[in-house]
Amino acid sequence: MPTEPTIQLQAFNLSCIRDDRVLFEDLSFVLSAGQVLLLEGKNGSGKTSLLRILCGFREADTGQIKWRGDDLDDSEYYVDMAYVGHLDGVKKELTVLENLKVSLALGQAGQYSIQQALAKVHLAHFDDALVQTLSAGQKRRLSLARLLITKNSLWILDEPFTSLDIHGIATIESLMTEHCAQGGMIILTSHHDIDLPEVDVQRIRLS
Amino acid sequence: MSLSNAFFAIIRRDLLLALRRRAEVANPLLFFILVITLFPLGIGAQPHLLQAIAPGIIWVSALLAAMLSLDSLFRSDFDDGSLEQILLSPHPASVLVLAKIIAHWLVTGLPLLIVAPLLAIFLGMPTHSLGILLLTLLLGTPVLSLIGAIGVALTVGLRRGGMILSLLVLPLYVPVLIFASNAVEIAGSGLPVDAQINILISILIMSFVLAPWPTAAALKMSIT
Repeated sequence: MPTEPTIQLQAFNLSCIRDDRVLFEDLSFVLSAGQVLLLEGKNGSGKTSLLRILCGFREADTGQIKWRGDDLDDSEYYVDMAYVGHLDGVKKELTVLENLKVSLALGQAGQYSIQQALAKVHLAHFDDALVQTLSAGQKRRLSLARLLITKNSLWILDEPFTSLDIHGIATIESLMTEHCAQGGMIILTSHHDIDLPEVDVQRIRLS
Repeated sequence: MSLSNAFFAIIRRDLLLALRRRAEVANPLLFFILVITLFPLGIGAQPHLLQAIAPGIIWVSALLAAMLSLDSLFRSDFDDGSLEQILLSPHPASVLVLAKIIAHWLVTGLPLLIVAPLLAIFLGMPTHSLGILLLTLLLGTPVLSLIGAIGVALTVGLRRGGMILSLLVLPLYVPVLIFASNAVEIAGSGLPVDAQINILISILIMSFVLAPWPTAAALKMSIT
């Protein structure tokens, strides 16, 4: 457990140009252990593009991203990060348990077992349910359960609260608080105002 | 966290998915059988002609059946976001992609091998060339999946990639078609076919080693 907050993720002068339109430029930030970075801005302001650049799905048009001082491809970045995007990334023809087992095999086993993670997101008795029988909110909680079963310190979440009810949002917020208390970091976009009183939240407004 | 674990988890997952989506999987096989059974009807009562072109019929049908099945290789993973998760895994994407291609071949290529001898007899192919037919299919159909994967990976992000996919992939299938159907034809007249088989083996090894990289790279491009 780090006592001094250490800088883990650094971004320098990022810019993103899409179809001759500048979404953002000269964007720099640092993220230290235990911090949350909340990206705000209206639709089409480049929030998702920034997250996808941070995931390495696309290249920033200018700028650099460093993880613990190294370029993303030269570091353990992809072991340390997990992403939950617009798409749930679960197969609807498989059961909840089968989906999580695949996610577990693709990553490194984390703090919680599959059963514990399901209990955390209130899906405890759904392990043998086919994902196509779940509601949108349940699917979202399932994809968030993926964050718990694999070992990762950086969560990148694109609108994690979509289709969740008030109860679900509170659950995820408490998981986020717990993650940050353990030195984890979160980068997220959200239309909902997030309520994380115990956590150091940075905000970046994209316009 | 071991690579072989991840590799087999992907194969297992894709086989399980195929089991749950049987209709989709049966399509290419049904297509293969249907196309081949239509030839005798179209050509009429000319058993010798049919016998002469049987290797070509079977191989062209296998090629088209493979083309038909290609889209399912990455489509659903692309649509539901699983592909993003696979590419974000710390394991090398090319190895995970290879697992997907192997699973795809087991589901769409292997069944062709099982029905092909039956259809070959139906077309009047001499029984002593059946072994060579099976061997060419065993060596050739994985190549179709491996090369096809590059094409699908390039076009999976396009809304109507079907036509481009065939234009991209079919020319690359031609060497397999030439050597495989030629081997079966020559075997029918009782001559040795070592040369053709060796070439097919080398094509298979080459595409096995070389195809996963461009496929993984193209998938990364497609999800941006």
